[in-house]
Amino acid sequence: MTAPDDIQVDIIVPNQTRYLSLIGNIGEAIAKELDRYQGDRETLAYHLNLVLTEAMTNAIRHAHHQDASKTVRVRIHIDQDELCIEVYDQGQGFDLEDQSLPAPDTPVEHGRGLFLIRTLMDEVEYHRGEHANVLIMRKKLS
Amino acid sequence: MQIDVTKLQDWVVLRIGEARLDAHNSNELKDTIQKHLDKGDTRLVIDLSQVRFIDSSGLGALLSGYKNANLHQGKMVLAQLQPRVESMFELTRLNRVFDIFPAVEDVVHGGDA
Repeated sequence: MTAPDDIQVDIIVPNQTRYLSLIGNIGEAIAKELDRYQGDRETLAYHLNLVLTEAMTNAIRHAHHQDASKTVRVRIHIDQDELCIEVYDQGQGFDLEDQSLPAPDTPVEHGRGLFLIRTLMDEVEYHRGEHANVLIMRKKLS
Repeated sequence: MQIDVTKLQDWVVLRIGEARLDAHNSNELKDTIQKHLDKGDTRLVIDLSQVRFIDSSGLGALLSGYKNANLHQGKMVLAQLQPRVESMFELTRLNRVFDIFPAVEDVVHGGDA
C-alpha cells in the first residue's frame, strides 16, 4: 500500500553499462531529499548510488551476460521507515552467497560488488522466478 | 575516458578526468595503465582528485594496474583521493594494498617508502 508521502520510482533501461550513472544518480538525488532519514544524507546518497550501480552491473554482466536485447528494471520504494530497492533481471541469475570479501594479501580484481551491497544495506535477498529474478535490498531509515 | 598524462621527475602521472569510475569505463582505465607499463612507464601515479565515485569495478581496474606494475618490476601508487572514494578503499581493505598519498607531489618524496 502506498501512503501520500511515499516515494516510488520504477525505471526500465537497456542492458548496457552506460546507464549505470543515470540509475545511480537517481538514487543519489532521492537520498539527498530524504529528510525522514535520521543519519547523514550525503553518505546515504553515495551508498545508494553504489548499491544501485553494483546491482545493475551484476544484472548486466552476470545474469544477462551483456546481452543487448535484454533490459534491466529498477524499482525504488521509500515509505516512512524503510527504503527498498529491487533490481530485476531476466537471466540465469547469480549466486548471492558468493559474497565474501577477497583477502587483501591475495588481492583479486573481482568479487567485491555483492560484499559492498551486503555491507551497506540491512537486508539483501535474491529470488529466482519463472520470467524474472529479483535482487531486493532494504535499508531502515529510522 | 579523459586522462591527462604528465611527468613528475621519474614518475608518470595519470590524472583521471572523470567524476565516475565504474563498470562502464573501468576497462578503459585498465587498458590505459597496461599500455603505459608496456611502453616502459613503470612508475605510475594515478591522480584521483577528479573522481567522486568509484565502484567495485573501478577498484578492480586499479588493483589490476597495481599487480601489473609489480610484474613489470615497477610501482603504481594513488594520490589525492576524495574522502568518499577513500572510504571505499577502507571498506574493502584495499587501503592495505595500495600506497595512497594526500597529494601527487608527496609521491616524489615518499613513493619508494
